[in-house]
Amino acid sequence: MTTTATRPAGQRPRAAIAAKTLRTDRWWLAPLLTVSLLTLWVAYATVRAFMQDLYWVPDYHYLTPFYSPCVSTGCAPESAEFGRFLPNWPIIPFAAVTLPFLLLFRLTCYYYRRAYYRSFWASPPACAVPDGHRNYSGETRFPLIFQNAHRYFFYAAVLISLINTWDAIVAFHGKGGGFGFGLGNIVLLVNVVMLWAYTLSCHSCRHIIGGRLKHFSKHPVRYRAWGFVSKLNGKHMQLAWITLGTLMLTDAYVMAVAAGWISDLRFFH
Amino acid sequence: MGEQRNFRVWRGDDNGGQLEDFQVEVNDGEVVLDIIHRLQATQAPDLAVRWNCKAGKCGSCSMEINGKPRLGCMTRMSTFAPEETVTVTPLRTFPVIRDLVTDVSFNYQKARELPAFAPPADVAPGEYRMQQIDVERSQEFRKCIECFLCQNVCHVIRDHEDNKQAFSGPRFFIRAAELDMHPLDTRTDRKDAAVEEQGIGYCNITKCCTEVCPEHIKITDNAIIPMKERAVDRRYDPIAWLGSKIFRREQLDKPAGYATAGVATAPRPNAGTADTPVEQAAAHGAQGDISANWHREAAAGHAAPVGPDGKLPVTEFTGQLAGAQSPFGDDVEFPMPATDINYQHPNRPDEH
Repeated sequence: MTTTATRPAGQRPRAAIAAKTLRTDRWWLAPLLTVSLLTLWVAYATVRAFMQDLYWVPDYHYLTPFYSPCVSTGCAPESAEFGRFLPNWPIIPFAAVTLPFLLLFRLTCYYYRRAYYRSFWASPPACAVPDGHRNYSGETRFPLIFQNAHRYFFYAAVLISLINTWDAIVAFHGKGGGFGFGLGNIVLLVNVVMLWAYTLSCHSCRHIIGGRLKHFSKHPVRYRAWGFVSKLNGKHMQLAWITLGTLMLTDAYVMAVAAGWISDLRFFH
Repeated sequence: MGEQRNFRVWRGDDNGGQLEDFQVEVNDGEVVLDIIHRLQATQAPDLAVRWNCKAGKCGSCSMEINGKPRLGCMTRMSTFAPEETVTVTPLRTFPVIRDLVTDVSFNYQKARELPAFAPPADVAPGEYRMQQIDVERSQEFRKCIECFLCQNVCHVIRDHEDNKQAFSGPRFFIRAAELDMHPLDTRTDRKDAAVEEQGIGYCNITKCCTEVCPEHIKITDNAIIPMKERAVDRRYDPIAWLGSKIFRREQLDKPAGYATAGVATAPRPNAGTADTPVEQAAAHGAQGDISANWHREAAAGHAAPVGPDGKLPVTEFTGQLAGAQSPFGDDVEFPMPATDINYQHPNRPDEH
C-alpha cells in the first residue's frame, strides 16, 4: 500500500542524532589560528601603543603608523605634523586621537565580526558545529546593535588613511634634510597602499559608493566605482590579515631602525 | 568492479533512530546519492531519501555527509579516502519524517510571509522593460535551487529552535535582497521588513550559508550585508536619513517604467472604440518599423486564489486549483483574439 501525502500535523522532533557534530575534518584549526594570531597581534599593538618610545627615526623622518598622528606633548617635535595637544601621560598613547577609531573600525568590520564570533565567541565555532551558547539574539540588541555604526568608523578610517599617506610622503627625507629614499620608504608605502586597499574594500564603502542604488543605469560613474570596490571587497578577508601583517612589520621596522638594532638600507641620501 | 566502503546512515523517524553501519560497493565516478540508491537496491529497501534530478539543480537530496550539509548528488565518492567511513544523516534543523527525509515546511511558511514582487500599478505584465545592469545583481539570487542547505546550516535556528519564529534565514534574505534591488519593484518597506519581519539582525555574518551553497551564491557578501547596510540607511544612520530628505532620493529611485511614456505607461485602448492597435501604433510616432504591438489589451490581473488567511495554499492538496495559475488569467479562452497578441508579422506589418 502506498502512503499518501499528509498535511504536517503539529510540531515534530528533529532527528535524534547523538553526536554534537559528525564533522571529521579539522574544523577547530581555523578558529584556533584566528584566536592565536589576533591575541598575538593585540598584545604586540598594546605594548607598542603604550611604549611611548622608538616610534620615530629623526634622520629619515620615519613615523610608525601606531603613533600617527603624534599629537601628545611628549612627541618629538619634528614627528608632530598635526600639532601637539594631548597631555603626556603614560596611559594616553601618543596617537590616542586615532587609535580608538581604528580599533572600532576593525571591531565592527564585517570580516572581523565573522572571525571573532566564530573563534572567540564560538557562535558557532565552525559550520554545522553547535553554538556554545544557550540563548542567542545576534545583533538585535545592545551592545551588538552598535555594529550597525560600521560606516561611521569607515569614514574615520578614510581620514586616518589620508594621514598615513601624508606620513609616507614626508618620510622621503634624507639625513640632514632634502630628499632621501631608503628601504623604510618602501615599507611605509607598501603599508599605506595595503591600508587603502583594506579600507576601500570595506562592505560599508561598497554600499555607500553604489550598492545602495536601485538603478545602476542612471549612475554610470558610481556603477563603475561600485564594480571596482566589489572586486576589492572579494579580498576583504585577505586584506584584513595582510594589513595586520604590514602594520606590525612597518612598526617593527621603524622600531628596529629607531633603536639602532638595524640600519636603514639607503638608496639615496 | 568497485571496492567495498564503510557507510553509516541514520535510520529512524520522529520516535527516534540511530546510525546503522553498511558495507557497500563503490565504483569509479559515483556520488553519495548513488551509494544511497545502491543501499536501497541491495540492503535497505525501505531506506527513505528525497531525490529527483541527480544533477544538483533540483535541491531535493540535501543531507549531511560527514557532518557537513551537502547535496548527495554533488558529493563525489572520490573525495573520501578508501578506508574512511562516510556518515550520512538527515538535515538537523528541520523535523525528521523518516530516515534522510525531513519536513522543510518551515521554509515554505517563511516564503509565504515575504511580500511578493510589486511591479508599478500601471505597467502590465509583458511590458516590463529594464536594463541588464539594473537586474544583474538580482539575477545572481535567482540561481537558488531551494535546497535549504543554508537554512539548515545557519546556527541561528540550527542551535536555537526558539529563534524560528523571528528569523527567516539566508534563503529568504537573498529573496528580500533580490526584490529590494529589483528595478521594477515599488515596495519601499522591504528594508524595514527585513529587520522587523525577517529578523536580519539575528544574523552575525559567520558566513556558513555562503560556505554550503551548492550554487555558489555569495549570500553573505551580496545579499545579507547589503540588506543590513540598506537597513542601516533606513533605521540607524541619521546622516543617510537626512540626505534622503534633502536630495529626494526616492525620486531618483523610481522604477524605470514611470518616466518612459509611450511604452510602459501608455493608456490602453478601450474595447469597442475605433482605436485599433494599428492606428494606435501609427499614432505612436514615426517609428517606421514597429516590431511589437505595445498597445494590445493586456489581460487584466487576477486576484490570487488565497485562502481565508489571505495566503496561497502550501500545496495543491489544500488548494482549489491543480497546478499554478495561468499567466493569462484562469478564465481566458484560447485561441485569444489576434488583436490581443503582442506580435507583428515582419513581412505583413498591417496584420496582427
